[in-house]
Amino acid sequence: MAESIQILVNGEQRGCRADATVGDLLRELAIKIERVAVELNLEIMDRKDFDRRSLKQGDRVEILSFIGGGAPVNVQGNGRGFVHAE
Amino acid sequence: MQNDRLIIAGRELTSRLFVGTGKYKDFAETKKAIEASGADVVTVAVRRVNITDRSKENLLDYLDPKKYTILPNTAGCYNVEDAVRYARLARAAGVSDLIKLEVLGDEKTLFPDTAGLIEATKILVKEGFIVLPYTNDDPIVAQKLVDIGCPAVMPLAAPIGSGLGIRNPYNLKIIMEMVKVPIIVDAGVGTASDAALAMELGADAVLMNTAIAGAQDPIAMAEAMKYAVYAGRLAYKAGRIPRKLYATASSPIEGML
Repeated sequence: MAESIQILVNGEQRGCRADATVGDLLRELAIKIERVAVELNLEIMDRKDFDRRSLKQGDRVEILSFIGGGAPVNVQGNGRGFVHAE
Repeated sequence: MQNDRLIIAGRELTSRLFVGTGKYKDFAETKKAIEASGADVVTVAVRRVNITDRSKENLLDYLDPKKYTILPNTAGCYNVEDAVRYARLARAAGVSDLIKLEVLGDEKTLFPDTAGLIEATKILVKEGFIVLPYTNDDPIVAQKLVDIGCPAVMPLAAPIGSGLGIRNPYNLKIIMEMVKVPIIVDAGVGTASDAALAMELGADAVLMNTAIAGAQDPIAMAEAMKYAVYAGRLAYKAGRIPRKLYATASSPIEGML
């Protein structure tokens, strides 16, 4: 069994296989890759690199997509997050 | 009004009403309201995907990017760095180079930080973005944004979500006369007459979110806004009569007893 590493995904700690790629992570989370942007350690990734780049211990992954917006609803935490009213 | 198409950065648009997608009850209501508005351009925000609850649907499952021009925005960004970062993420998420650029100055008013806006615009235009800047009703700033390379500018009517309507029609009018690109009045519209007024002043389009999403019946208001923008545009093209202090009779005096 592959060794496990700890990474940070959208601000949350998460364990993952040491040899997993960014693409593996997205599939595990059931995220459609064509509608997201991925930032790895503050660098925006090219989609074609998702399956090439292996995750490393301590990597910070941000997965973003489009939500309802255009008018802010309420401010969250670090002052940059507006959320869609549920 | 055939051949009255709005062209922004080579994109031909049928509707002069642009809509936001925030504050709706759910995606189904968002979709219905947007359909009722007749809008072509729909603005969306960029946020973290909910990874703990994957049952949350994706907005783009409801808004077909082939049918609508998806205009990602940098709503919620209070500095140049964040706005540029979100713009790049929006492009990476894969719709186009279009970005509605917001660099906000203050949480209470949500007024634009125009110095930051100009700086972020310079960076993004250099990177090939098509920047539609949300700006103040300041003609000088609007001109600077055009000089940097914005194919349209989006001055506010009033603070975002305030519903106060057109607060400074004279400044908007000066922007319209001064700036040789389409003007999209963005933010602050409260009801249909506000949208009509913006168009009568000569705006090329109006962008709104809260006025529709926050109405008691968002779908009915979306339809009202569609007609208001259309009526305002027609009235502008038709050319209104001048305002006069005294009456001018409509019926002839001749033939009276």
